[in-house]
Amino acid sequence: MCRLSAITSSDYISPMENILALETMKEGHDGSGLGLMLKDMAGPFAGYKQFPTMSAICSDKGLVMLEDYMKAQGFTEKFSWEPPIKNVKGVERRDHYIAKVYDYPAAYKDKTQLEKEDLLLRTRIALRLMGEPDGSLFVFSFYPDVLTLKEVGDPLQLAEFFGIEKSGIKSKIILAQGRQNTNYAIYLYACHPFFIQGYATMTNGENTAFVPIREFLMGRGNPGYMGYNSDSEVFTHILHYTNRTLGYPLHYYKDVITPMKDAEIEKRTDAAPIRLIKKSLRPLCIDGPNCVIGFTPDGTCFMVHDSKKLRPGAVGGKPGKYALMSEVCGVDSAVPDRDRSTDIFPMKYDSVIIAPGAREVKVWNQLHG
Amino acid sequence: MESAARLDQNHQLSLKELPYIVQWREDRCTRCGRCTAVCPMKSIEPTIYTQRVVTSEGSSPEPRVTRRLTQVVRQVTDIERYCIGCGTCTLVCPTDAIFPEYNVQHKLYHFRNKGGIPFMRGGRRNDPSTSTLDKLKFTRISMLTDPALDAGRHEFRIRTLLGRNLPAEQLPFKLEGDKLTITDHTFIPPVREIYPIRIGSMSIGALSPHMWEGLAMGIAYLNEVEGLPVVMCSGEGGMPPSILKSRYMKYFILQIASGYFGWDEIIHALPDMIEDPCAIEIKYGQGAKPGDGGLLQAYKVLGLIAKIRGVPQFVDLASPPTHQTKYSIEEAVAKMIQSMSMAWGFRVPVYPKISGTKTARAVLNNLARNPYAAALCIDGEDGGTGAAYNVSLDKMGHPIASNIRDCYLDLVRQGKQNELPLIAAGGVGKGGNLAANAAALIMLGASAVDIGKYIMQTAAGCFGDEYNRCNVCNLGKCPRGITTQDPKLYRRLDPDKVAERVVEVFKAADVELKKIFAPLGRSTELPIGMSDALGVNDKDIADRLQISYVC
Repeated sequence: MCRLSAITSSDYISPMENILALETMKEGHDGSGLGLMLKDMAGPFAGYKQFPTMSAICSDKGLVMLEDYMKAQGFTEKFSWEPPIKNVKGVERRDHYIAKVYDYPAAYKDKTQLEKEDLLLRTRIALRLMGEPDGSLFVFSFYPDVLTLKEVGDPLQLAEFFGIEKSGIKSKIILAQGRQNTNYAIYLYACHPFFIQGYATMTNGENTAFVPIREFLMGRGNPGYMGYNSDSEVFTHILHYTNRTLGYPLHYYKDVITPMKDAEIEKRTDAAPIRLIKKSLRPLCIDGPNCVIGFTPDGTCFMVHDSKKLRPGAVGGKPGKYALMSEVCGVDSAVPDRDRSTDIFPMKYDSVIIAPGAREVKVWNQLHG
Repeated sequence: MESAARLDQNHQLSLKELPYIVQWREDRCTRCGRCTAVCPMKSIEPTIYTQRVVTSEGSSPEPRVTRRLTQVVRQVTDIERYCIGCGTCTLVCPTDAIFPEYNVQHKLYHFRNKGGIPFMRGGRRNDPSTSTLDKLKFTRISMLTDPALDAGRHEFRIRTLLGRNLPAEQLPFKLEGDKLTITDHTFIPPVREIYPIRIGSMSIGALSPHMWEGLAMGIAYLNEVEGLPVVMCSGEGGMPPSILKSRYMKYFILQIASGYFGWDEIIHALPDMIEDPCAIEIKYGQGAKPGDGGLLQAYKVLGLIAKIRGVPQFVDLASPPTHQTKYSIEEAVAKMIQSMSMAWGFRVPVYPKISGTKTARAVLNNLARNPYAAALCIDGEDGGTGAAYNVSLDKMGHPIASNIRDCYLDLVRQGKQNELPLIAAGGVGKGGNLAANAAALIMLGASAVDIGKYIMQTAAGCFGDEYNRCNVCNLGKCPRGITTQDPKLYRRLDPDKVAERVVEVFKAADVELKKIFAPLGRSTELPIGMSDALGVNDKDIADRLQISYVC
């Protein structure tokens, strides 16, 4: 079972806070990988918030391929960043860990945000397909103000490897996952958090309904619904599909992945649409055991569980900083000076939603709508 | 030189040609006559033999030979009266003196075509080998990384949807604040939530009144007392007006087939119906006899049946192989679905049933584009029938497993697997493994399965098996009283006991489904298309069904 560590804050914070929180939950991850995703960044990326950042790992050959392709597509590089890598025993160093900020092609300057996002998605997928066969290029995210770092190894060692403290990277929202490799080989594309067009999630537990969900998503006609090296990637895509494609507000995510019983639905004021959602999106119902933590493009963070709640999750903090963790010891590490009596342990009907700025936590109960 | 008498017997069959040889124990038999009286085929008869008896009295052996007449039970060799192995004789014998024994060397099919009429029978394909469904195992067991569920205490939702689910993109929603509401009067197709195992189409006529009544009572009890929304299909031939106009109608699927039998009564009952039927099934084909229409032989067209179907008594009721008024799939499917939908104000799901065939995907793709088609039911080659030619039963048709898999994967490619439910039929529970077969089909992509022969065997003790046992459903001679219209026979069957068994069978299957789904970690929704859970130790089957090969 992996361990999850997310922090949303009104101030810019270092990813070290997440990594140290993961360290307190160490019995739950075996050092088989770390995934870091930063949103709303300060530090070296502060001046490029409106420009898309590509996060990738590549070989020398892959780097050439990436640069050639981006040039051919009309993207112009505005800024390039690499973490200050320090060789650490046990971590196999690859050629390049890069984050490149681009300006849009001229033809896209006046396009809508949605059209721009579709271009970014197509570009990321094209590069992924080019680099995946020989492992020369892995692209994790390509979106404004989002940075992704992933590697195989122990989280604390990887923090040293990436020079996280030295690098000065900071952001207001950070997702981190300490991976415990279970059913899949250690593979970078299987490493959480997963990202698509501003949506990111990470999950612990296995997804027993993975195959029917994957097949349903792949039939939606979205080229971004691919990959699925991890059974958890579908949680990100379900979120993207319901919130972005279908336009349902975030709290309906819970109604999609864990629909209620008919008698419970009848008590909701929006029972009629919920009944239809339950039928039309039946294949997206998850069966656990899962705890899902993620963010949406506007910076809202959330935590939900499957309806049997066979994976733990805790949310705690104070106005201005909240931690969403697999275990309460992670919350203790991230926000030690909080009122612990206000900690939230969301149950099967709950969605914990924290708006950007981390001023307050809303617990949305599915029974009441 | 042969004797004249011997030559006269040359055109008779010997017992070795027959599929069942009756073993009779003279020493046990009390000559009560029950076996010969009850034999549906008159295959055994009382007769008299001359018996040589050697006796000896006194202190020293003084054998004396005498001859006496004795009564015996003899099996006849007339092919028209061949022993069907039903075992009713065994059932009634007070001293266990008689039983039919299967004869593997039989030549029934060589001879059962007298008068140039091919062998006709009821039952299902006589193939006793292990079915593909029975070869499938559930191999994705939740172990430690994802906790298995407790089948006994966990809450399971074993339900399926019958009806067309709109794709989410077409749901008529608008946003008011952060709440979704429904916008206008966009047509939302009717969808029923039912139990994923249904009782498939068996008509009143094919079934005896007591059998049908027993099934119907069982269904009503399951719905109203046990809370299991099991539904059953009428088959072709209509239903009694009293039920058509009752509140129980919602538990029944009305079938319309190419003979339209019974629909005069149904149309007349429409204004008085207080409940909509669960669905309308348009029968285009039957797995047991693809390309043949329904057939109710004259033996079974007696008073009640003739009345419900609006026909004279004692005539063969043969439905045409196709709906004669339709000439194309557009006519046959689209217009018929719309006509039937219209009859109930578009409140009732309407779907076609076809026999398993290589062309099923063509039908499927037509339906996928028809917004009124509520499902597709495919009946595989192991489906049963009340009457068909043996050649149709044994040699015609398509196995259900690959047919349903192909269709499901076709829907997956189109992203429509949730829009159009597939219902699988034909051989479900053939080997007695109802829940396992149903679960396997569901994981291959079916939304629901139909049973027919299985429920006759389990609820009413149907003797039929895959060794051509009994199988005289077509003749109205059913020794259990299941498929006969002869009151002397069907009075043997207690409808209450049938109903009780129906309830027991579904409750047991429900527990077994939970015992399958729990270790897979599934409880919230039916695991339709969860093919990663399946494995089979036959590489060819694994490749064909796109599931794991395990050994």
